[in-house]
Amino acid sequence: MTAKTVSGAASAEPGAEAPRRMVNFGIVVFPGSNCEYDAHHALSTFPEAAPHYLWHKDHDLDGADVVVLPGGFSYGDYLRTGAIARFSPIMREVAAFARAGGPVLGICNGFQILAEAHLVHGALLQNRGLKFICHPQYLKVERNDTPFTRRFEVGQVIQVPVNHNEGNWTAGSESLRQIEEQGLVVFRYCDEQGNVTAEANPNGAVDNVAGIVNETGNVLGMMPHPERVCEDQVGGTDGRGVFGSLIDHILER
Amino acid sequence: MPELYEELGLSGREYQQIRQIQEAEPTHVELAVYSLMWSEHCGYKHSRPLLKRFPTGGERVLQGPGENAGIVDIGDGLAIAMKIESHNHPSAVEPYQGAATGVGGILRDIFTMGARPICNLNSLRFGEIAPLPARAAAAPSAAGPSAAADAGPADGTARQRYLFEQVVAGIGGYGNCMGIPTVGGEVHFEEAYQGNCLVNAMTVGVVSHDQIIRSTAAGPGNHVVLIGSKTGRDGIGGASVLASQEFDEKLEEKRPSVQVGDPFTEKKLLEACLELLQAGRFVALQDLGAAGITSSASEMAAKGEVGIDIHTDRVPLREPDMAPWEIMISESQERMLTIVEPAQWEAVRETCERWDLDATIVGAVTGSQRLRVYHEGERLADMPALALAEAPTYDVEQERPAHERDEPVELAEYPRPHSSCAEILLDLLGSPNIASRRWIWEQYDHQVQLNTVEGPGGDAAVLRIKRSGAGIAVCTDGNGRHCYLDPYRGGKAAVAEAARNVSCTGAEPIAITNCLNFGNPEKPPIASQFARAIKGMSEACEAFGTPVISGNVSFYNESFGEAIYPTPVVGMLGVMPQFERRAEIRFREQGDVVLLLGDGAPALDGSEYQKRWFGKAEGRIPDVELRAELALQEAVRGSIREGIVRSAHDCADGGLAVALAECCVAGGIGARIDLSRVPGRVSGRQDLTLFGEAPTRVVVSVPVEQVESLRSRLQTLGVPSVRLGTVGGEALSLEIAGEELEVSLAALADAYQHGIPRALEESPGSGSIDK
Repeated sequence: MTAKTVSGAASAEPGAEAPRRMVNFGIVVFPGSNCEYDAHHALSTFPEAAPHYLWHKDHDLDGADVVVLPGGFSYGDYLRTGAIARFSPIMREVAAFARAGGPVLGICNGFQILAEAHLVHGALLQNRGLKFICHPQYLKVERNDTPFTRRFEVGQVIQVPVNHNEGNWTAGSESLRQIEEQGLVVFRYCDEQGNVTAEANPNGAVDNVAGIVNETGNVLGMMPHPERVCEDQVGGTDGRGVFGSLIDHILER
Repeated sequence: MPELYEELGLSGREYQQIRQIQEAEPTHVELAVYSLMWSEHCGYKHSRPLLKRFPTGGERVLQGPGENAGIVDIGDGLAIAMKIESHNHPSAVEPYQGAATGVGGILRDIFTMGARPICNLNSLRFGEIAPLPARAAAAPSAAGPSAAADAGPADGTARQRYLFEQVVAGIGGYGNCMGIPTVGGEVHFEEAYQGNCLVNAMTVGVVSHDQIIRSTAAGPGNHVVLIGSKTGRDGIGGASVLASQEFDEKLEEKRPSVQVGDPFTEKKLLEACLELLQAGRFVALQDLGAAGITSSASEMAAKGEVGIDIHTDRVPLREPDMAPWEIMISESQERMLTIVEPAQWEAVRETCERWDLDATIVGAVTGSQRLRVYHEGERLADMPALALAEAPTYDVEQERPAHERDEPVELAEYPRPHSSCAEILLDLLGSPNIASRRWIWEQYDHQVQLNTVEGPGGDAAVLRIKRSGAGIAVCTDGNGRHCYLDPYRGGKAAVAEAARNVSCTGAEPIAITNCLNFGNPEKPPIASQFARAIKGMSEACEAFGTPVISGNVSFYNESFGEAIYPTPVVGMLGVMPQFERRAEIRFREQGDVVLLLGDGAPALDGSEYQKRWFGKAEGRIPDVELRAELALQEAVRGSIREGIVRSAHDCADGGLAVALAECCVAGGIGARIDLSRVPGRVSGRQDLTLFGEAPTRVVVSVPVEQVESLRSRLQTLGVPSVRLGTVGGEALSLEIAGEELEVSLAALADAYQHGIPRALEESPGSGSIDK
């Protein structure tokens, strides 16, 4: 990975007195990932974040405080999204890290991989409309007691784009019961006013689920792309809350 | 043997020439190689002499035509590599894979230069996806050169919808997987493309000046290394079978000639190649496209004035029993040929292994200046590389097509329709050629890489250049109907419109790439169209200072003897010093003043209004006055950069009323407009003012307090303008010569936003599309 060097964020703020504690974000790179640079770039806009890449063939997480599984097409995904990626060497380490309570954020293809690896509930089917979709999407924040959503209010409506062909989340009835009982849903597709309606559902996901956590709340899979909305000039800033929350979570630990 | 050359598409004269060059009867492999290298697709036999007319140089040009892509300087040590290329014939045969591999091919052209692709665009043409309104279809001599107009509603629209949907899916399927945003493009539906759709794909990449690499082979003794996919039988004869012949009833039989795309492998190839380039591991790099190893190896050798030996038995194969000639001409996708010094080989091998890519030494650079092909030690072919790379050229006889006219249409022959202007406006806004392209671009990832400042839907897309803070604006433009009526004016207009679109964002146009889609150049009328389109484009490029830095010619776009509209497509690049200083098309603030810049007289000739309401494409389109166009664009750019205007929109298809409606819909705000002082009015013909088309016109909105400074700027540059009205309200109301029409924003938006989905869903036969 010589082409992908860590840059930007590590230089912290000018004039900072004591060396600041940096949060290490490990961004897993599969050969077909394509949002790894964007995740890196978005994190670089946070002075406290130190993003670095983790190669899929690696066997350790290189001191990551947070693991990010970025969007893309991990191994081409010609078979079933994420189906091969879950068997890659790095995923053994990610699973162990998650079991130990480490925060893991799976975005889009990352969510699909987490679902395949049974680190979160459910599975992602092809979109209801059978077409790839890429557009801005309103999300309702259902919980703010997770490491990913501390900077949001419960019920807050944020705008984060979706960009996928297989984002139609579904789960068996037993899983669904558990998910509702334990309140694992973190984001739901909604309209501008926060109404969770069928019209606001872009892909047919059951109960408009856009993002869910595992039972211990430290693994989040979400279809929308928060890394695409971290700057005013491109798309907006509603995604900053996700990464900012993770930074707060680690720094206050 | 004598018949073989004919089967391979060579003429008797060419065959004799080959015998002379070879000083012997050519071997089977040699003949196969010559036939491809001298095909129209690879050899540009009928176009090369005319293409010399294009201006190709300039201060910013770091690489002009002749390489995989052109490169222009954008300051700060950075440059843009770009190219547009056709994949028309494969897409007509197998739309998903044809379009997908078109994107794959153009992406490789860009990263072959050392550039990282930052966006894709495209330009598409299909037949009508929904039957034209009865009033248009019923008119005599209905649109276009294709005589199939009488086919009625059970026509080919179902197949056109299939082609359109599959092409869009294929473009998305490849670009989305690669992580390259598709940020712009254009699509038109005309009967003339019913038998021969056009799929032109464009890629733009960024490269540091010091990372640019070329395809010039050098250093006898260096390895020739093949990287990427294994070689199979897919795409054998693609260049000669598909790209250099017209279509007939055997269309379906040609399906095996279409390659199958594997964007995942290409993504690995992209990353591995850029990593190796940055580390300086390659002497030269060339992607494998049409004619496979054959064309890549001979071009690399010819450019470097060296020889290349290829050992076909070393090429990794998908199918074990492939013949050497098949290996040489296979068009299997996702492969690169590179020249590597022996000392660098280990590093190359190791990097490719990390990316799970095959990298194989398949030959060597020699001092022989010949392309030699060996199989298990036996020499099967031995040809001078230069002779292969320089196909013979032909001057073609030109004759002006019979349908062309010197005069514009007589308005008297076009009585004003009984329908209200509001009805006409909504019809045009919702027509497939004008309606919102959202249905298309929502299937494309247009955001990845986080550079898309202004995505699809505007006049041009704007991307930021993260490393410098500058911005670029890019668009594709072309109007086949206009070129059909007048290839010279149409070619000129295509460049002018592309430049205008880029200028409307605030960017300065600096270079173009073009894709010239025409019929069979051996027919004099087609040759005439081709020559005159090039003349018009060249004049415009010279005026704008936008050299042609790369491009592609696609001939033989005919089916059953009927040619498409002559369709030169322009891919325009503009630059802006700071990407924040730009304008969008949307009206933004209540009370802003709306002005029309430019005083071109609107015409029916070649307009969307003429097509949809009179069922005709005839007359003569207005000529672009280049000096006025330059001044207009300079005024628009300058006022955007200084923050004087709040929005700017090119006034094109559908005329002034449609342009105003688009500004309203995009901004979600209405406007109150008075068109009584718009130039070019004809008494009693308000419809002409509303829907007639003219080049060199831009609609802007300006805060009231800035109107004076805009006026004085326009005056200095000699740009005429008319105050049209103000932004505000929930409707677009248009007053003209005592007539008034008012259409609610909701009605405008409904027509505009749903035009394409309606054409796809509500047409007879949809839902059971027969492939």
